[in-house]
Amino acid sequence: MALALQSLSLNPGKRVLPGFALSLGISLLFISLVLLLPVTGLLMQTAGMTWQEYWSVITDPRVVASYKVTVYAALIASLFNGVVGLLLAWVLVRYEFPGKRLVDALMDLPFALPTAVAGITLSALFATNGWYGSLLAEVGIKVAYTPLGIIVAMSFTSLPFVVRTVQPVLEDLAAEDEEAGITMGGSDLTVFRRVVFPSLWPGLLTGIALSFTRSLGEFGAVIFIAGNMPYISEITSLMIFIRLQEFDYAGASAIASVVLLASLILLFAINIWQAHYLHRIHGR
Amino acid sequence: MSIRVENISKRFGGFQALHPLSLEIPDGELIGLLGPSGSGKTTLLRIIAGLETADSGQIFFHGEDVTRVHVRERRVGFVFQHYALFRHMTVAENVAFGLEVMPKAERPPAAEIRKRVANLLEMVQLGHLAQRYPAQLSGGQKQRVALARALAMQPQVLLLDEPFGALDAKVRKDLRRWLRNLHDELHFTSVFVTHDQEEALELSDKVVVMSAGRIEQMDSPPQLYARPESRFVFEFLGHVNVLEGEVNNSRLQQGEAWVNLPRSVADGSAQLCLRPHEVRLQAQPDASANLPLQISAVSLIGAEVRIELEPIGWQVAEPWEVGISHNAYNAWQPMRGDRCFAVPELGHLFTPEQTAPQTLHWLQEAQSLPKMPPRLQQVI
Repeated sequence: MALALQSLSLNPGKRVLPGFALSLGISLLFISLVLLLPVTGLLMQTAGMTWQEYWSVITDPRVVASYKVTVYAALIASLFNGVVGLLLAWVLVRYEFPGKRLVDALMDLPFALPTAVAGITLSALFATNGWYGSLLAEVGIKVAYTPLGIIVAMSFTSLPFVVRTVQPVLEDLAAEDEEAGITMGGSDLTVFRRVVFPSLWPGLLTGIALSFTRSLGEFGAVIFIAGNMPYISEITSLMIFIRLQEFDYAGASAIASVVLLASLILLFAINIWQAHYLHRIHGR
Repeated sequence: MSIRVENISKRFGGFQALHPLSLEIPDGELIGLLGPSGSGKTTLLRIIAGLETADSGQIFFHGEDVTRVHVRERRVGFVFQHYALFRHMTVAENVAFGLEVMPKAERPPAAEIRKRVANLLEMVQLGHLAQRYPAQLSGGQKQRVALARALAMQPQVLLLDEPFGALDAKVRKDLRRWLRNLHDELHFTSVFVTHDQEEALELSDKVVVMSAGRIEQMDSPPQLYARPESRFVFEFLGHVNVLEGEVNNSRLQQGEAWVNLPRSVADGSAQLCLRPHEVRLQAQPDASANLPLQISAVSLIGAEVRIELEPIGWQVAEPWEVGISHNAYNAWQPMRGDRCFAVPELGHLFTPEQTAPQTLHWLQEAQSLPKMPPRLQQVI
């Protein structure tokens, strides 16, 4: 017995929870197969090009115009989602009303719906003879087949990101904090701005960033409503698709690598910032 | 500022949290609301603060009706059980919050705010931690920051909801003493909620004992201890040894156990309640009582040795506890399994007819009181 104890204590690195090596191994294998390998394949496709060719493909004026349209639309869409998503999450967490469960379930609809279906539905609704489009046309706003349509489609498909990241943070937020703010004489707005919002901020920003990166790569929902006019309403995903149709795999991969890089940098930056912020709040 | 509560009641759905109750808290007193969980003490505190609205009744601060005044304008300092510090702000920013959110016209200038925050942090002995975040503080430090923050606007009423509930015993004791000193120094009116009878008795000028949404008794700690008005108050203030039986010819009997009552009591069922220090243990039964017991546990914690006893030949709901001095323990050396007899010195008899108990003395007053030096007049 004493010997057994001694031999155990000689191996202090032994984990108490079993299955670490196996579960980590499967996880890493899965990540490699599903994420890293395709990304590597993508980069391999571009390996046949010289730097000069690569550069000329990704700085083609029509492609650059598509970057601008995509980033611009994704930015507006994700900021819009930030506001609306926060509001929806707030309503879903803070208030009780009939049909709350249903509304909560509907939040995930944009994820569940095939993006092409969403795109066709949206373009039908917003076309000048559609339900919304005809009303908007009267006040002189044209949505379908303009950059505005791109924003609508991007916003629709990525809204759940914001709602679903903010919701749990709001649920965890102690009512005591708000009450403390109010007993000290803070107005509702001050308490929201100085007490509630700083706690939501990391979650909200993550949601907005996810919404933004998803919008950068959105294809199905956008192309049906965008109109796809060169230099005006062509998105980067479409440029990749066009290259693929021309059997220009290297060119398609080159443009895709730009989108990939932009998304990765953004996600890393958000993660680092968030870790820093949360470190301050949780002291770990 | 005095606080008057009149006929306040509150119902949450089907649960009557507070039955209409009234309470008068004089200016500058430290009052403890004591009761088990679910007794309505926190609800009452929150209604006084304005965080909860009462279904009926009125609240007066210094004679002024504040029932309809919003919590924001009531200007009470409120300390929460779990501190409720703002995690994204430093200690100094937390304390400054109440001053910074004041309307521009009333707000002191920035330099004045800084000075006041520094003074408050000095007062709670945390000046050196001003730039830390709450996550970097211990529980006791957090609660002191919460106190400093509540005091920043110089409230005349300080309300504390189980302020020491989440702290360990040693820190609790320090903070208790410290709060008492602070209160004596600054003279605000304070109300605090606790479920710990020791805390309530040690800290308060008066204790309000609550049970099931009603006030059972409000009295100073010595009064409460000496003259509990109900069985609930009696039992809530510490362990109670109970002998439940039938009175016959001034003798209370149950099974083999009996006690001769020193005063004539009407025949019928009755309960004799004895506090752990009001019972003497001895090897033989006394002429006044025959309460055979067997020792089931001995624990040497604190100033007394606590002995747990099981009855022999009679029934109790809870085992008896008797406290003896360490000297007595050393002389007697009781062990688990030993038999002995309890002899009451002072007891409280409850009968079904009346809620308030009758106090019974087996020893002569003069005999039971130890000789003390005469009290010096100038101290009072």
